[in-house]
Amino acid sequence: MIRQSQGGIVRAQGIGQRLKRGFLFLVLALFCVYYLAPLVVMVSTSLKSLEEIRQGTLISLPQSINFEAWAKAWTSACVGVRCDGLAPYVWNSVLMAVPAVAISTFLGALNGFALTKWRFRGADVIFALMLFGAFIPFQVVLLPMARTLGVLGLAGTVPGLILVHTVYGLAFTTLFFRNFFIGVSDGIVRAAQVDGASFFGIFFRIILPMSLPAIVVTLIWQFTQIWNDFLFGIAFTVGESNPVTVALNNVVNTSTGVKEYNVDMAAAIIAALPTLAVYVLAGSYFVRGLSAGAVKG
Amino acid sequence: MSDIRLDAIWKKFGATEVIKGIDLTIDPGEFVVLVGPSGCGKSTLLNLISGLETLSSGNIFIGGRRVNDVPPRDRDIAMVFQSYALYPTKSVRDNITFGMSVRHIPRQVQDAAVAEFAGLLHIEDYLERKPAQLSGGQQQRVAMGRALVRKPEVFLFDEPLSNLDAKLRIEMRTEIKKLHQRLGKTVVYVTHDQIEAMTLATRIAVMEAGHIRQFADPFTVYDDPVDLFVAGFMGSPPMNMIEGKLRQDGGSFVECGAPDALLRFPLPDAMARRVAGRDGLKVILGLRPETIFAAGSELPGPDRFCFELPVAVVEPTGPDTMIVFEIGGRDLIARVRPQDARPQGTRFRFEVEMRKAKLFDATTGLRL
Amino acid sequence: MAVTGSPPRIRWRSFDRWLPQIVVSPLFAMSLFFVYGFIGWTLYISFTRSGVMPDYRLDGIGQYVRLWSTPRWHVALRNLVTFSVLFISLCLAIGILLAILLDQRIRIEGAIRTIYLYPMALSFIVTGTVWKWLLNPGLGLERVMRQAGFESFSFDWLVNSNYAIYTVVIAGVWQSSGYAMALFLAGLRSVDDQVLKAAAIDGAGPLRTYFSIVLPMMRPVFMSTVIILGHLAIKSFDLVMALTGGGPGYATDMPATFMYAFAFQRSELGVAAASAVMMLVTVVAIIVPYLYSELRGARR
Repeated sequence: MIRQSQGGIVRAQGIGQRLKRGFLFLVLALFCVYYLAPLVVMVSTSLKSLEEIRQGTLISLPQSINFEAWAKAWTSACVGVRCDGLAPYVWNSVLMAVPAVAISTFLGALNGFALTKWRFRGADVIFALMLFGAFIPFQVVLLPMARTLGVLGLAGTVPGLILVHTVYGLAFTTLFFRNFFIGVSDGIVRAAQVDGASFFGIFFRIILPMSLPAIVVTLIWQFTQIWNDFLFGIAFTVGESNPVTVALNNVVNTSTGVKEYNVDMAAAIIAALPTLAVYVLAGSYFVRGLSAGAVKG
Repeated sequence: MSDIRLDAIWKKFGATEVIKGIDLTIDPGEFVVLVGPSGCGKSTLLNLISGLETLSSGNIFIGGRRVNDVPPRDRDIAMVFQSYALYPTKSVRDNITFGMSVRHIPRQVQDAAVAEFAGLLHIEDYLERKPAQLSGGQQQRVAMGRALVRKPEVFLFDEPLSNLDAKLRIEMRTEIKKLHQRLGKTVVYVTHDQIEAMTLATRIAVMEAGHIRQFADPFTVYDDPVDLFVAGFMGSPPMNMIEGKLRQDGGSFVECGAPDALLRFPLPDAMARRVAGRDGLKVILGLRPETIFAAGSELPGPDRFCFELPVAVVEPTGPDTMIVFEIGGRDLIARVRPQDARPQGTRFRFEVEMRKAKLFDATTGLRL
Repeated sequence: MAVTGSPPRIRWRSFDRWLPQIVVSPLFAMSLFFVYGFIGWTLYISFTRSGVMPDYRLDGIGQYVRLWSTPRWHVALRNLVTFSVLFISLCLAIGILLAILLDQRIRIEGAIRTIYLYPMALSFIVTGTVWKWLLNPGLGLERVMRQAGFESFSFDWLVNSNYAIYTVVIAGVWQSSGYAMALFLAGLRSVDDQVLKAAAIDGAGPLRTYFSIVLPMMRPVFMSTVIILGHLAIKSFDLVMALTGGGPGYATDMPATFMYAFAFQRSELGVAAASAVMMLVTVVAIIVPYLYSELRGARR
């Protein structure tokens, strides 16, 4: 994104320009506050005691750093009737997300490769039909999926969720890899064929190693989607197999007892931390995923 | 008509110096071509003149006015870009009149101007189309129209022809020259194509690494290059550069080639006098391909030198045939008449017009 | 359609030759079953008298009649329209504004972009939880304003059935406007630098350059952003569940929460299936023409 030259254009200098520039930064800063404030409030509330919350306001900072709410959110907050904290549900989400992300990414890569670099008859139609799966409102598959999981004996289990996320993530992962492979010269595949490499030989030894950026983008996108999913979690799991998003919602909406806002906020941070960490560590890949999701086809 | 004067200008991007102290005076109505390899700073120099880049130091005068802090719109210039840079959402007509409508020039004046230049550039038929519906050549004409229509004092061209195919490029080259002759405005034109530079310019500035190596009319630059860089850059195929030693035993010679096959090129008197007393100096002898031809194929003249070597490669171009041969392991090119060419492997008798040879100091690269 | 897949080698074992198809078939079959098969099942059920349990005897359009005569469905639709219009237009406005401001050679642009975009990494459930706290009547924003001296300031939208839907808009815009910014910024950056230079030479100032040259060039970006945001809006389920749970009453119900409630809480499978089909029809009407033009454009 080098564009020195545009700003290099000689502009009329003067107090007006300075004012404009100052105003520009003011607006940008205000929006920074807008986006950051909820995060700050969330963290500061989670560090306060309940007493402090009742007396102070949202924007007052905690008088002392107090991790009690965090501990409670992690180990003993009540999710529905069970009071074991979020820990087991975070574990559920990990057990669900890791295999689902890995499998859907791998299958997407294979599928994208077969569909773009081996344009057999009908490949484009197959791609278009599969891509459609990325855009359907999932409500339309909830009922039959619930029954299918029941028939398979996977209802209310983590493996069931893995299946669901793999199946409906495949359209997206295929799309991501297709977009990437379209930019890869067909000549590479031809050359490898002439060298005698087979379909899987080309895929594993040539295509996969050069797809690293696409793999990272897809992994991050899938992880964010699956970790943050709520609909499938709430529709297909019960009680102890809930993923963390569902558990968080239950913690917050538990109507019995005293409302512990600090615990709610700590629980929200715990649920958000994995995806936030990925965003902070691999932000540019995350953004590429977002725009890859935007420029479809 | 405006003159342009660059006074000790520098441009730095961070720590990188792109323009390193250039002085240049362009007379009113001149057609100056900035030419050089990519990365030499020629486009940056043009952007500095246009105001699309801010100077690091020095002064720029256009028409006698110091314009260092004057925005592009107030410099009375127009520019044609390599990618044409047409506004994709505007029709051809609106592309051309955009500059005038920004300046609140009345509609009738705009229409009159469009009518005047659309005819001149043969774009009257596409005025209502969008740029994407035009061919590359047509887009090029629209870009020219947009520049011409405001009747500025100075025209700036940034490699305007390099996206066109070869045939169209030659056609547009001629049209640009005609336009200049007709309008007589000052033009600064950037290109990496030395043939474009030769054909268009009244004066050429050959640039390298942020410096202007030579600023002179095309013939001087071609016939009288100041150093190895200019000599090597101008001309196609390029000048033959033969490494050798100056020998002054019973006349002046340049001795070159492998020890068992030494060739001694005798220097004409004028050149010999300039290098008198520098026996043993490492030099480079520059011979343009057209100064080496088949022996006896031209009328005899003074300061001719003949030698015989095997033909390595034959490359017919149509009007001439290039014969590649080797001296001291280096490929050299001679330009001969097609009927004089001989097949690869045969021994060939070459004749050199030593008057047109150039001699350079091998260490400094400067002309001797 | 040209068949370019046949390898140049002549003695290619036939199994290898068919491998691409063999690899794709199970995945395609999976998609046929889980997407098209399931859509078909839902569609079928929507034309039966299914209640708590699926009942496979066809019953015409009875469920659709029932759906459209349910006041709650009309509330959900009205909410969807209100939410979509506000959500999309606010995200677009903020997104374009921020993208243009960030395009002014800001040295710390990277850091600012990171801040604007991080909500996209959060789950809608987290966003809903946070905003539920921020907008808490009593302890939230209301108390901040009252302590700042606005004694009579009152902000109870979260529990007010007339205004609760706007709190969903507030939280949704907070989460997604950075996304719109990122899409527009990428669009602005793809504009040919020389076009901007040409505009400067033509004498257009920054405002004029944006409004009469750059923004008109953003039309495709504009289109895809609207489509993506619209798609988010129709699917919005998590945010409503976390923020208001569809309440108070069913004041903030949307088609997605409506369908969920009828399918899993009230066990009216037929009505739930009919509402899901209505959602699908809406999405298809928007997405299919868009995908068609995008895919065709990509093929050139």
